[in-house]
Amino acid sequence: MKNRLKVLRAERDWTQADLALRLDVSRQTINAIEKGKFDPSLPLAFKAARLFDLAIEDIFDDEAEE
Amino acid sequence: MNDINTETRDWEATNRSVTLKLAFWTFAWVATLALATFGPKFLWDARSLLTLIAVLVNVGAGIGMIIAMIGHLKSLDELMRQIQLEALALALGAALIAGMAWSTMADLAILPFKAEVAHVIFFTVAVYALGLYAGHRRYR
Repeated sequence: MKNRLKVLRAERDWTQADLALRLDVSRQTINAIEKGKFDPSLPLAFKAARLFDLAIEDIFDDEAEE
Repeated sequence: MNDINTETRDWEATNRSVTLKLAFWTFAWVATLALATFGPKFLWDARSLLTLIAVLVNVGAGIGMIIAMIGHLKSLDELMRQIQLEALALALGAALIAGMAWSTMADLAILPFKAEVAHVIFFTVAVYALGLYAGHRRYR
């Protein structure tokens, strides 16, 4: 699954560790999500959406739908 | 960094504390296992009551270790939990298969040495460690 986490994080000048702290996960998890190696759970996706004040589909893009 | 919501917690600090708890209980289990194994021979001359108490203490420490492991798994974030569960599943499956193969070879007397439960335990721990290493590499 593609996502815009890296771009959104960069816009706020946050490191992966900063975002990890805000989402209550490890830095490795943020890295794996950004690289598309790991798909987050729905609760974590909602948490990210709330943090960036966006809809989930504005952050995560399910390529299978294309 | 200063505007981080106070509700957020330092994931790594929490995880470190739970991991230390697991390490403590694992050490307690190993130490009490050694006591129950070698105590009858070297410390109390095989008196059955003391041996029974040592075994019960060892079982208690083992239960503590299991509870600490569950707490450890619950404290992990979703990726770390997935890596742990995959490594545990691999270790359990490998232990079952290797244990049965080991037992069959021992029954047929085709092992060049005496089969011990410790061999299977060592194998299981090695597979678990390898599974963790592979999981962390995959999601790096």
